[in-house]
Amino acid sequence: MLNTNDILETIHMIQDENLDIRTITMGISLLDCADSDIDRMCGKIYDKICRYAGNLVKTGEDIEAEYGIPIINKRISVTPAAMVAAACPDKNPVKIAHALDRAAKQVGVNFLGGYSALVHKGFGPGDYALIESIPQALAETERVCSSVNIGSTKAGINMDAVAKMGHIVRQCAELTADNNCFGAAKLVIFCNAPEDNPFMAGAFHGVGEPDCVVNVGVSGPGVVRAALAKAPDANLTEVADIVKRTAFKITRMGQLVAQEASRRLCVPFGIVDLSLAPTPAVGDSVAHILEEMGLESCGAHGTTACLALLNDAVKKGGVMASSHVGGLSGAFIPVSEDAGMIDAARCGALSLTKLEAMTAVCSVGLDMIAIPGDTPAEIISAILADEAAIGMVNSKTTAIRLIPAIGKKPGEDMEFGGLFGSAPIMDVNTYSPLKFISRGGRIPAPLQSLKN
Amino acid sequence: MRAVITVIGKDMVGILAGVSNICVKYNVNIMEVSQSIMQDLFAMIMLADISDSNAPFAQLKEELTEYGKQNALSVHIMHEDIFNSMHRV
Repeated sequence: MLNTNDILETIHMIQDENLDIRTITMGISLLDCADSDIDRMCGKIYDKICRYAGNLVKTGEDIEAEYGIPIINKRISVTPAAMVAAACPDKNPVKIAHALDRAAKQVGVNFLGGYSALVHKGFGPGDYALIESIPQALAETERVCSSVNIGSTKAGINMDAVAKMGHIVRQCAELTADNNCFGAAKLVIFCNAPEDNPFMAGAFHGVGEPDCVVNVGVSGPGVVRAALAKAPDANLTEVADIVKRTAFKITRMGQLVAQEASRRLCVPFGIVDLSLAPTPAVGDSVAHILEEMGLESCGAHGTTACLALLNDAVKKGGVMASSHVGGLSGAFIPVSEDAGMIDAARCGALSLTKLEAMTAVCSVGLDMIAIPGDTPAEIISAILADEAAIGMVNSKTTAIRLIPAIGKKPGEDMEFGGLFGSAPIMDVNTYSPLKFISRGGRIPAPLQSLKN
Repeated sequence: MRAVITVIGKDMVGILAGVSNICVKYNVNIMEVSQSIMQDLFAMIMLADISDSNAPFAQLKEELTEYGKQNALSVHIMHEDIFNSMHRV
């Protein structure tokens, strides 16, 4: 029979340490929905999503009950909408966003990602119109999320797109100023965007993916912190070992749920994304893991080193536990969604510059960061360019989700509520990058040799 | 399908009988039981075969949870595979 301690450990992880499956995300290809008549296309998109994902939420709930593991979100990602929008380039693609929103509501998922464009090397037909429509689409829909890939290690950085996205981020915030600028929280700008990421708001269904697929994102920062707390005097070799062992267990659970969901939905299993995704709940914070390693506060000197250890150990522990690992896999550092990050930002220990350094070693990037409402578009673009450069040179994904807090200043707070938490508004460097951003063009792809 | 039922709480008379009675009611066969007292906390773990259960899993789970609430115990029923996959390579 099973070992009593193992059983109690699992129950303890779920009950007291917030272990959960963060999301089951069904990826659905929309390529066969493309049509030169936009209304007909929207009809096809709605029908296909409802047909494929009709049982997604129910299946998730069944697995949750049977296995006793909380499955927090059931979501959908679709082919970047700009690709199907290219079939009718003279029409406003916002109709597609409405069709996606209706489908998401019909099947009962809380978010649907993929109102996206991939423009890392240039704008194709449909891309420009879609990007222009993002602020309106995110303001008028409730559940649709958007992402734009503006750079990659192989292609370099499309600086025309970077300049454009600075304005788009601002407009997203402005159009939803009466709703905590929430539009901007549903838009992610990527460098090296993964095609199988199950986490919102940056999920989309890549072109190399099958027609339909199930991806699962696990979480569990609280479990890792609790495991480290039991070894207060361990050296860092041992710390890395503890993280690996814990990540292994968490990921095994993700693998089980992914396989079971795949079997019940009759959809191929894609990947397990073995991420430490924090929530604002007490005991579910990545910052607190870093502090458990010995920092007085997240943001102190040493934070980048701790995060590098954590991120690497999570991956090492997780890869062996799953047959296919993918997505963003690693430690997330969203400011508003992490109780420890919020505290560190509030007390001044954590600055935007430190966060930027941390993104060189974490799994994502500058995530859920509120900046002053009067930040000009070119400064937002320059932050995007910096972050994309880190991703491009280091061959890693970087994602940026900035929320210009319209009408607010540093020191004030943005309250999003729920899983999105609250974000103290952080100072940005206000020296102008306008000339640099307005040059346009592309930053060439970096050398892959002579690595120093 | 096999499930693991765990009962944790303060020791008292009739816990094993209470849980077993619910199992009988749902035609659930108890295959193994192990119990221990850790400090003054009672921990019982049952491996049960629920393939011939006469009601949906959710209903059994609800009744066990309700029994736990009434007796100040923490009662869980979970699919066996979750423990196998987490703790066995």
